[in-house]
Amino acid sequence: MDYFLELFFGGLTRGSIYALIALGYTMVYGIIQLINFAHGEIYMIGAFVALIVAGVCTIYGMSGISILILAGTIAVIYSCAYGYTLEKVAYRPLRNAPRLSPLISAIGMSIFLQNYVLLAQTPDFLPFPHLIPDFEFMEPVAYIIGSPELVILVTTFVTMILLTLLIKKTKVGKAMRATQQDMDMARLVGVNVDRVISLTFVIGSALAAIGGVLVASYQGQVNFYIGFLAGVKAFTAAVLGGIGSIPGAVLGGLVLGWAESFAAGYISSDYEDVFTFGLLVLILILRPAGILGKARKQKV
Amino acid sequence: MVENFKKSIVISLWFVFLTFPLMVVRVNTMDQVVVWRWMNILWVALASFVLSYIWRYMLERQQVRKKVADEGAEARSKVALLLEDMTFRYRAMGVLLVAALVFPLVFDTYQSTIMISALIYVVLGLGLNISVGLAGLLDLGYVAFFGVGAYTYALLNHHFGLGFWTILPIGGVFSCLFGVILGFPILRLRGDYLAIVTLGFGMIFKVIMENWDSLSFGPSGIAGIDKPSLFGIDLGIEGSTIYIYYIMIALVIFTILVTNRLKNSRIGRAWIAMREDEIACVAMGIDIARTKLSAYALGAFWAGMVGVLFASKTTFINPASFTFMESAIILSIVVLGGMGSILGVILGAFILILLPEYLRAFSEYRMLAFGAAMVIMMIFRPQGIISNLRQTYEYKSSKEKTNNG
Repeated sequence: MDYFLELFFGGLTRGSIYALIALGYTMVYGIIQLINFAHGEIYMIGAFVALIVAGVCTIYGMSGISILILAGTIAVIYSCAYGYTLEKVAYRPLRNAPRLSPLISAIGMSIFLQNYVLLAQTPDFLPFPHLIPDFEFMEPVAYIIGSPELVILVTTFVTMILLTLLIKKTKVGKAMRATQQDMDMARLVGVNVDRVISLTFVIGSALAAIGGVLVASYQGQVNFYIGFLAGVKAFTAAVLGGIGSIPGAVLGGLVLGWAESFAAGYISSDYEDVFTFGLLVLILILRPAGILGKARKQKV
Repeated sequence: MVENFKKSIVISLWFVFLTFPLMVVRVNTMDQVVVWRWMNILWVALASFVLSYIWRYMLERQQVRKKVADEGAEARSKVALLLEDMTFRYRAMGVLLVAALVFPLVFDTYQSTIMISALIYVVLGLGLNISVGLAGLLDLGYVAFFGVGAYTYALLNHHFGLGFWTILPIGGVFSCLFGVILGFPILRLRGDYLAIVTLGFGMIFKVIMENWDSLSFGPSGIAGIDKPSLFGIDLGIEGSTIYIYYIMIALVIFTILVTNRLKNSRIGRAWIAMREDEIACVAMGIDIARTKLSAYALGAFWAGMVGVLFASKTTFINPASFTFMESAIILSIVVLGGMGSILGVILGAFILILLPEYLRAFSEYRMLAFGAAMVIMMIFRPQGIISNLRQTYEYKSSKEKTNNG
């Protein structure tokens, strides 16, 4: 039972991170029907910037939770800036191009950003400082769920509530929903569509950066390649839940996290990635619209 | 003028900000030192300033060109016109063929080895061109088919001692079957889903090969694979390299002939129709499932064949040769060369593989440049270096015909 609970919470932690990244994919896809392949790289850049800030702060003598907050904030700012620039440079000129073009451009951007970090920093894994403190009240249950997991769960939970509020309650959120439903119509009623798209990228990037910082401080290491697999898996989560749907992305992330955790725990950890993609293929065959997605009929 | 200058200044300041933590700061948490590389700021500022000018100029030029195209005047470059000239074509082909044949006799083994790897990518590019360029199915796991071919040869050779020539077609067919098997579940998927699933397949292949020790010998790979034999004569290293080179040339020519015929065949046209509009294609009575599967299978076939050759050339394979990066390189060959254009893909393969070989000093920037090139090509020249010529039929009135003789 303990083992089951450990796997359960492990999967929940992992899944909530996938959900954070998947939200970025889903929001962008919902608006411009593009798989933002470079999203995983934004996540990686977030983690890297946090590592650099944390490293500099540690060396210059700061300590504890203040570093985590400072590093997290700067990482989010930088990831937003990268997300914004990415959209402007690589996707905006291709807004009306055939579908394959922005996708290839996104893949190119992903390769470019990976190698940019590789060349500017290092190809090796860098140790990420241990920033999340061990809470004493977690001591009795530490064999099932540790302090880092708790921090991750709470942070993602709060972030998702904030995101929901932003989308449901604010004017900006309304504009985003309108753009998602019908871009031309939204433009006609006075929504600045370009700005909404930029904003979507910025919000998605911020979520990815939060995920990046949390994962990096949880796993304790960072390199230029972490974004790729995380990105692919988060995309899988988004598809699983039904791409374009925000609750779907969260659900998909959790399902994927649990599936991986249990499969690795009870079957074999070598084939973890195989389970992920196996699940993806299965879902796409049985229910291409995803768990919560609505099947869209294509009209001619 | 001042406007542009201001804009570029803002852009370069923005990029300095953007690249600051990654380009300037380098932390070594082990030794507790921070390295500040202030000079990099200057480079970033200068480069982004200049590039923003070029970027703006290119965008403007593209707008102008679009306008011209909209007005109906067909802009054809001189190169395109030259390529349409049949006599020039045949002559150029003859010259190229002779050059290709004497190449290993003039240059040393090292050059031939480089050339072989470039030719391998030519075949891979042409294979992927079938599914991406002609049929419009973005395949990000193409390297898995290459791997299937290579492992087919390596395993059959290792366990049963079967020779290169026996396996060459078997490897191709095996890959083909693999393509069909993978193709079935994804028949219903549209472009972007397909891309991600094929990416998944590519990764599954690598993970399985790494972990299924009893079949594939895991990450340590398979060594001591036989080189191709020539009636049992021992050729030595130099001789067998030249021999492989000629096999490769033959394979490339075979590939070009077949893909060229395919492109203009009934099935090739079905692929192009499917790429342009799937719904309209169904409405015209084309069996989408069969068309998709055939594109997949025929694309995989070449990868399988050339995979066999790759295994026999290196005599050692392990899963590390079949990563996503490899798929990305092949994809960028197709994209840069020109999707759907055979000549473009060949040129793309030579540029992308030979350039980094000869510019060794810059080889670490190779992938960076590939990535940037993919983005830039998509924005400014989506048709690639050499665009695919659409087959056109001109209607000439009988009167004109007689006038022209």
